Amino acid sequence: MNKVLFFAHLRDVVGEEFLMVEAAGKTVAELKAELAGKYDLPRLETVMTAINEEFASNDEVIKDGDEIAFIPPVSGG
Amino acid sequence: MKFYEISKEPIHIQSVIDKVVQREAGAITTFIGTVRELTHGKKTLFLIYEAYEAMAVKKLEQIGQEIEERWGGSRVAITHRVGRLDITDIAVVIAVSTPHRADAYEANRYAIERIKEIVPIWKKEHWEDGEEWIGNQLETVAYPSGKPEAGDVDE
Repeated sequence: MNKVLFFAHLRDVVGEEFLMVEAAGKTVAELKAELAGKYDLPRLETVMTAINEEFASNDEVIKDGDEIAFIPPVSGG
Repeated sequence: MKFYEISKEPIHIQSVIDKVVQREAGAITTFIGTVRELTHGKKTLFLIYEAYEAMAVKKLEQIGQEIEERWGGSRVAITHRVGRLDITDIAVVIAVSTPHRADAYEANRYAIERIKEIVPIWKKEHWEDGEEWIGNQLETVAYPSGKPEAGDVDE
């Protein structure tokens, strides 16, 4: 299983801080597309992804137990 | 000592500065980011900052390492606040010490610009007539590969 974390406007849309999903073997892009369809997530082309707290590219393959986070454009500072 | 922190409590400026004191330094610059009332004429009532804390600390550490590699002899400490902040509250404090003053200014500027690129922290502006998560101001930046490109982050 994989924990998928949401932040900022994505968290508001999904209504949860995280979901548990079976994402092993999928690429980041595949997981994004799947969740975008299921939850009607907006502007995913601007959203970065982290695997285990490090930025990951769309073609990276997710392993069982990886923690995934969708990172909308950041606005700290 | 923790040089890079996410804090739910108000930031004590002097304690961030104290972390970068070193005998080799000829300068310490301190950046204090505060909550502004007016943005493009629109009045903010308060802000909520949210962080992916574990990753945010790692990315602050990365920024510190980049600075220490690029500006020899530098030392860096950064604390970013999360939670509800009112107008004039302190959101972030960055302290950089270096042997010479020009480097201290440059490196400190680099740190705040990098925070705005790669550190997973978001702010939600609350106004009299609504609220919204703010993302790179105009939502104009896309990440076609899903992560920041070298070019995005090498300014």
